[in-house]
Amino acid sequence: MGKTLAEKIWADHIVRQHEGEPDLIYIDLHLIHEVTSPQAFDGLRLANRKVRRPDLTIATEDHNVPTLNIDKPIADPVSKLQVDTLRKNCEEFGVRLHSLGDVEQGIVHVVGPQLGITQPGMTIVCGDSHTSTHGAFGALAFGIGTSEVEHVLATQTLPLVRPKTMAINVEGKLKPGVTSKDIILAIIAKIGTGGGQGYVLEYRGSAIRALSMESRMTVCNMSIEAGARAGLIAPDEITFEYLKSKPHAPKGADWGAAVSYWKTLQSDSDAKFDVEISLNADDLEPFVTWGTNPGQGLPLNSKVPNPAEISDPEARGAAERALTYMGLVAGTPLKEIKVDTIFLGSCTNGRIEDLRSAADVLKGKRISKEVRMLVVPGSARVRLQAESEGLDKVFLDAGAEWRTAGCSMCLGMNPDQLAVGERSASTSNRNFEGRQGKGGRTHLVSPLVAAATAIRGTLSSPADL
Amino acid sequence: MEKYLSHTGSVLPLRRSNVDTDQIIPAVYLKRVTKSGFEDGLFGAWRNDPEFVLNKPEFAGATILVAGVDFGTGSSREHAVWALQNYGFKVVLSSRFADIFRGNSQKAGLLTVVIDQSEIEAIWSAVEADPKTHVKVDLEAKTVTYGSKSIPFAIDDYTRWRLMEGLDDIGLTLKNIDSVSSFEESRPSFKPKTLPALS
Repeated sequence: MGKTLAEKIWADHIVRQHEGEPDLIYIDLHLIHEVTSPQAFDGLRLANRKVRRPDLTIATEDHNVPTLNIDKPIADPVSKLQVDTLRKNCEEFGVRLHSLGDVEQGIVHVVGPQLGITQPGMTIVCGDSHTSTHGAFGALAFGIGTSEVEHVLATQTLPLVRPKTMAINVEGKLKPGVTSKDIILAIIAKIGTGGGQGYVLEYRGSAIRALSMESRMTVCNMSIEAGARAGLIAPDEITFEYLKSKPHAPKGADWGAAVSYWKTLQSDSDAKFDVEISLNADDLEPFVTWGTNPGQGLPLNSKVPNPAEISDPEARGAAERALTYMGLVAGTPLKEIKVDTIFLGSCTNGRIEDLRSAADVLKGKRISKEVRMLVVPGSARVRLQAESEGLDKVFLDAGAEWRTAGCSMCLGMNPDQLAVGERSASTSNRNFEGRQGKGGRTHLVSPLVAAATAIRGTLSSPADL
Repeated sequence: MEKYLSHTGSVLPLRRSNVDTDQIIPAVYLKRVTKSGFEDGLFGAWRNDPEFVLNKPEFAGATILVAGVDFGTGSSREHAVWALQNYGFKVVLSSRFADIFRGNSQKAGLLTVVIDQSEIEAIWSAVEADPKTHVKVDLEAKTVTYGSKSIPFAIDDYTRWRLMEGLDDIGLTLKNIDSVSSFEESRPSFKPKTLPALS
């Protein structure tokens, strides 16, 4: 019987296999940031261990950093200590670090792909659950906790139990105004936040094949919101073309050898997935979340659901709680919901194509006087690229704020936060209670919906303008 | 890591599903560079509500958290595990855990046990009727017992052995480090390296 893509990558990375034990899996790339690494480096120091492969490790500052005045010292002393600790640790253990102000600094999941160190067939880990982003290249990439960060630093491996596989077939053609963000929000609404638990998801089908690399990253990024640690897409010409010009792409004869290997990274036609589900891309509409987990989403033309009509008691209770927290009344058209803040950015939608698509909608227009809009590029490179195309001017002329790179309001660890009761339309990945600031209310949307919502002040798609 | 054989304690009944790690410990509390002191951020937003179960005096001192389905979803922050441990919890029971949270717990020595939702509901009811109800979670026997009830649970033998022996994963892997070295010798040359830095 044939193998799935995930099974092939797994098999290629088994260091040790022993009955009754997890497989010991080799890790090709370890990405590091300031929040989940300090305790891991401490552990190394205590045990007198070193980083086994600094040359397969790279760090950046993203979660905690300000997106204003980055030439000044970080104002919050606790944030500053964490960032300083990363700098000290990287220096001591010989790890490459892209600090605030460096041209390669940015969100760790934006930096890896743009440097070309994210490649097909690799195993990639990071102490961040959105590591699944890198699956867009046909890599097996997943988030880990700090104990595992320490384990990878010390041994470049992880003991892991092989996950099951789930195929998600998305066939058809997206309508104009519908994006890969809407695909993934629709998938999560369909299978739920626990639906992918224990699986690696493989996104397949004509609608996935038609996506650009950046759009594929958006899909894989949110695999974790369906409970799956990893999600991936088989590499193809679009992948190879994207990688070719990147600094760390294989060169010369290595390029040919790499592409030959990458071309084998497809699920075999007779491979069997543990579960298969499908979604029709033709029918998709722009999607938006109404609740407090990413599975609570609906097409933008819908109304806030009535919990009384939900039969499953667990889901009904969750919906009731969500509506109370979100300050929403059942039956309200989603398009009548007024927002205060628009956040365009994050590892989900903070890449250049995301900024371009939002700028296209905003060009020559003004955002509503009732809203503020933060545009936070995913990396310093994305920011520079956007400025070279004049996108910063489009955002500023429309009345938005143009910030420097980082995770920013996606998780509100830095000063970019919602106030109590404030409501956002956010291109990020989590609408959990308080995620973007204590008491803040989040609606997850695509960059197109974010831009249209900024103009109208209520949840909207570009077609409503 | 401390050896884990069994634990007996009182229960905090958390009647909520989909408790994500942002609820267990909000991001603003993640700025520490140590593994201790996170108890003040545990359920940081919810505990502002005096009615929240963690604030109820009858459940003070509980060491076993019994939660709804899909506990620990979202962010990979191991701080969520540390916050529970720092507060005094030794065990979490749920009918389903998020993968990363469960992995983190098993590494850090917080026992996570999966039992059916109907059993979770039964424990909630028993504990709400009598908060002094003590529950025993026995890793050796693989049972959760209280009153006259005994509920078997499944856990893979490897994890169970590691927890019962209190073994450190890194130490275990380092015993096989030669196999890592020989694997590295056969890695293809086209695989990327982060050093030297190219841009």
